[in-house]
Amino acid sequence: MNGRAIELHVLRYNPETDSEPHWQQYAVPYNEEWVVLDALNYVKAHLDPTLSYRWSCHMAVCGSCGMMVNGDPKLSCKAFLRDLPQIIRVEPLAHFPIERDLVTVVEDFMGKLARVKPYLIAKEPKAVEDGEYRQTPAELKRYKQYAQCINCMLCYAACPEYGLIPKFIGPGAIALAHRYNLDSRDGGRDERQQEIATDEGVWECTFVGACSQVCPKHVDPAAALQQVKIASTVDWFREHLMPWLNK
Amino acid sequence: MAREVTCIFIAIYTVILVFGCVRLAQGREAYEQFLVALGAPSSIGFHLLALVFAIYHSVTWFNLAPKALPMHFGDKTVPPAAIAAAHYIGWVLISVALLLIAGAF
Amino acid sequence: MAKSNKPIIWGPFAAGGTVTALLTPVLILLTLFVALGRVPDGLAYDNLYAFAQHALAKIFIFVVLTLSLWSAAHRLRITCYDFGLRQDTLVAALVYLAAAIGTVVVLGSLLAI
Repeated sequence: MNGRAIELHVLRYNPETDSEPHWQQYAVPYNEEWVVLDALNYVKAHLDPTLSYRWSCHMAVCGSCGMMVNGDPKLSCKAFLRDLPQIIRVEPLAHFPIERDLVTVVEDFMGKLARVKPYLIAKEPKAVEDGEYRQTPAELKRYKQYAQCINCMLCYAACPEYGLIPKFIGPGAIALAHRYNLDSRDGGRDERQQEIATDEGVWECTFVGACSQVCPKHVDPAAALQQVKIASTVDWFREHLMPWLNK
Repeated sequence: MAREVTCIFIAIYTVILVFGCVRLAQGREAYEQFLVALGAPSSIGFHLLALVFAIYHSVTWFNLAPKALPMHFGDKTVPPAAIAAAHYIGWVLISVALLLIAGAF
Repeated sequence: MAKSNKPIIWGPFAAGGTVTALLTPVLILLTLFVALGRVPDGLAYDNLYAFAQHALAKIFIFVVLTLSLWSAAHRLRITCYDFGLRQDTLVAALVYLAAAIGTVVVLGSLLAI
């Protein structure tokens, strides 16, 4: 170890005692292999057991540890100290209310996730005895990218529209709806359109693209949303110009 | 943000084209006065600026097109670069065609 | 939640954005030649007027100009909002009204040719 110390500035907030958030500084030893999460764990183990934050897998698959690292939405388990300056500012994920320290209130996203029905609504329901819903590799490829979402909400922190307009359903939920709409086994697109083809659904998006830039799983929600816009526009013109096709 | 601001120049230029349309309908003298007015230094300056912004709009638009238009054939996916390239090629072809038709060469 | 009517704005925006991406640079080049004193033959009064008399030409000109106007109007609306001008309904009314006036003017001129 080269003895270099990292200065961790963490935004603290205790709802029971604080009237507003405040910064607290910790000196953390530098380690070539460490990520910000390791630095936080060091603080909690050796310096300040009161520090609260979410984490679980430490390998960027669970989506728990999203937070702002020097102003950028990152998974703390994927933000390497060696890629960061000596002073590291850590804040709770932007655009979500703070519950305590680095823990945010995620109810808004959870509600929106439920609204888009992110589960298979079988096109042709089968009884279990009749076997599996089958799918070719080509059919899987259509939606696989969008299935990589780990619900980490970094895209919500990055999206300026979500920051301005909290009722926007947001990149993650809409990309997940798109994942199911593209699934060959699924027949629930019309139901999902009732939620996402609305003003607070995909139409709040102005294709800034920040969501795709921060996504740790390369889901590319921005692409999903533009595809939903095109599909919804085709729907709209068909429904309004050719009403005889409506069910 | 820069890509959104291009719309200001494209809007102003389109209004100029609308004026041209009106002048064309008003007859020879009105239209030829319009052509002469286009030669003003401020017009030339605007054209150069507008050209830069219009090209920036085209480039940013074509580079984003692959995101909105994924193409799959069986289990092969068309590479995004190919989709963008197709747009660029179309752009060049249309531009050259229009220049030839208008007798610019 | 009712499905949005945004597509009636977004459709022309997307189409117009594509049209302006493909055509606006070369059109600017053409009028730039005019501005520099080298009027291309096709833009001389007789040739252009004759061209504009064909129904297909009128449709082409109308579609290109209208889509360009509506696409630019919509983007202007979004740009104003992003720059902090939050009276969206007012801005929308103004930009779409301007585009509508432009559309009517183009239509009137083309029909008079």
